[in-house]
Amino acid sequence: MVEKFKVRMRELDPSERVNNFEEVALGYTKEEAIAEANRCLQCKHKPCVAGCPVGIDIPGFIKALREGDIEKSTRILKDANNLPAICGRVCPQEKQCELACVVGKIPGSEPVAIGRLERFVADQNISLETTVKPSVNKRVAVIGAGPAGLTAAADLAKEGFSVTVFEAFHTAGGVLVYGIPEFRLPKEIVAKEVEFVKSLGVEFRFNQIVGRTIPFEEIKNEYDAVFIGIGAGAPRFMGIPGSNLNNIFSSSEYLTRTNLMKAYLFPMYDTPVKIKDRVAVIGAGNVTMDAARTAKRLGAKEVHVVYRRSEEEMPARIEEYHHAVEEGIVFHWLTLPVEYIGDINNNVTGMKCVKMTLGEPDDSGRRRPIQVEGSEFIMEVDMVIEAIGQTPNAILKAGFPTIRLNKWGNIDADEASGRVDEGIFAGGDIVTGSATVIEAMGAGKRSARAIKSYLLRKG
Amino acid sequence: MHAVLSKKRIAPDTYDIWLSHPDIYRYAKPGQFLIIRIDEFGERIPLTIASAEKDRVRVIVKAVGKSTYKLCAMHEGESVADIVGPLGNPSEIEKLGTVCVVGGGVGIAPLFPVARALKSAGNEVIGILGAANKDHLIMVDEFKPFLDRLYLSTDDGSAGVKGTVTNPLKEVIADYSPATIWAIGPMVMMKFVSLLASQNDIPCWVSLNPIMVDGTGMCGACRVEVGGEMKFACVHGPEFDGRLVNWDELIKRQYQYREEERLALEKYVRELGEKDG
Repeated sequence: MVEKFKVRMRELDPSERVNNFEEVALGYTKEEAIAEANRCLQCKHKPCVAGCPVGIDIPGFIKALREGDIEKSTRILKDANNLPAICGRVCPQEKQCELACVVGKIPGSEPVAIGRLERFVADQNISLETTVKPSVNKRVAVIGAGPAGLTAAADLAKEGFSVTVFEAFHTAGGVLVYGIPEFRLPKEIVAKEVEFVKSLGVEFRFNQIVGRTIPFEEIKNEYDAVFIGIGAGAPRFMGIPGSNLNNIFSSSEYLTRTNLMKAYLFPMYDTPVKIKDRVAVIGAGNVTMDAARTAKRLGAKEVHVVYRRSEEEMPARIEEYHHAVEEGIVFHWLTLPVEYIGDINNNVTGMKCVKMTLGEPDDSGRRRPIQVEGSEFIMEVDMVIEAIGQTPNAILKAGFPTIRLNKWGNIDADEASGRVDEGIFAGGDIVTGSATVIEAMGAGKRSARAIKSYLLRKG
Repeated sequence: MHAVLSKKRIAPDTYDIWLSHPDIYRYAKPGQFLIIRIDEFGERIPLTIASAEKDRVRVIVKAVGKSTYKLCAMHEGESVADIVGPLGNPSEIEKLGTVCVVGGGVGIAPLFPVARALKSAGNEVIGILGAANKDHLIMVDEFKPFLDRLYLSTDDGSAGVKGTVTNPLKEVIADYSPATIWAIGPMVMMKFVSLLASQNDIPCWVSLNPIMVDGTGMCGACRVEVGGEMKFACVHGPEFDGRLVNWDELIKRQYQYREEERLALEKYVRELGEKDG
């Protein structure tokens, strides 16, 4: 008889953790990991594998773990996934591998904690003899060192291709380093995973913005194939009156300052970030939770999440939402800011909001929010973070003039292969719009396969 | 890493610095800028490209805060960690007839490549350079070969006419009716030059330097209202028609981190003192 519930993962106490940026989830001990691994039924048809965008042999790595062979377990993980310590932490497993888990289908039973087990194995830091195939005399340029680019680069390097990654920032990781906060994904873990990619022979060129500091044409001419994984790029703003008042930020700016530039350690690090008493964060996605929880840790007395729909439509992971609630974040459902109000110094002092009600479902299948007449009220705040999503990268049009875009302004790429044009491939948020880390990695993986067959066919 | 190849003091707190960089000279055009991060603790600061030659790029830096102090305190042979560039859109250089370029303070430096390019494009170029006093009037001799006429102004009258650049500008507008004006300098200067240009119905390019973080269009820290629309200076600019810029809002946004900037500089100066003492 299988244990009904997942082995609980220890976490820092909310009252303690809101004062620091330490990782909230503490991970399993070996005993806990093996106890959880024993809940796996080792199904022959492995529905969990189909639920994983990079197709990890899940029963295989769990079996090796159960037998205490961490090295074998690590090898199985890394065969399919170049960044397991990251995925184990940030994947929405409840919508992917764990959704398909047979144990989870037993009434009253939770699925196997695949993500936590992946994290446990990856965190054991077993260093493997990396199996890189003999060098193939072909060069591939990967543009962007986020999850999609890192995955494509690693997979191609394993196949023996000579890979160069061009990254705009001074460090690799993309959203893993500028977006996801330290308390969910320690940057040390990202650095370790990037080291693994480097160990495969991938060369990194930092501070390079293809299409700006190097023409895209030059890359196309110098390399046999190109993978574009430059992410969703530009922040969307509400565009309501008062948007340019001081202390109104995009979540991208707020999180980049805090995470990438380490403003939470100001003035040891030079980049400042604003700290205010009453902060409103607009939206209800994972980025909203990240920004709200960051504001709390930086010292805000009150943090309010303001969302135009209800709890039911909230796109954030339930786990992150619970963490936010535990940390004292206040949620305002069915509420929409319509104007920012400022003082004589241009500093924001409040938001004029309206209450909403839900009508018929829209294209996304979620009920459409409608303003309630006469429901206007003022919420007093001294800082606002807009976390309402991204629009395509602004340099895309100017910097990649030959690339075909779709009606949303993203790259028009073939879904199965990421193919855009002869020798040009793309994947991740720049194709799909804002999605998840693991979906970007899946796209990087598919493109790496397509690039390999393209290059071998080309000869 | 990018070594400081040479450093020369050209005015109080103002240094002419060449940094090594293998590629920038191949692509840099007038009007573009760099993002520099001095070391692993550093912030990313935008600096306009004054010139670029084989393997090197030139910036003129005035020490106003911690990062610029640090940069100005570096010795030849020391290195900065990161340089990203060229960034931003190049100036729209074409043959327009008579043009007037107006530089204020350390803004004279980024104006230099623009003036030179305008001259090479066959324009009659009138220059107005202004500063607090004659010691702060930089690069005057470098400008001369590319200017058909030169006016100087200083706040205290120690060189050229006394007062701000708008005094000679009024004269230039009356006498030569320039086709276009370029103005680079402190926000307040650019605001008043834009106002004059607007009154006289002359297009006026200004180079904005709002607060930036990434400089690549992904955060919106540098957003500014131009002609009623939200623009990001790093990717849509940095040059805009000054007549359309919401100056009052921009100037107030510029001071958002004044308190934090003061803290960082104080700490830096204190630590320097401890190190020396």
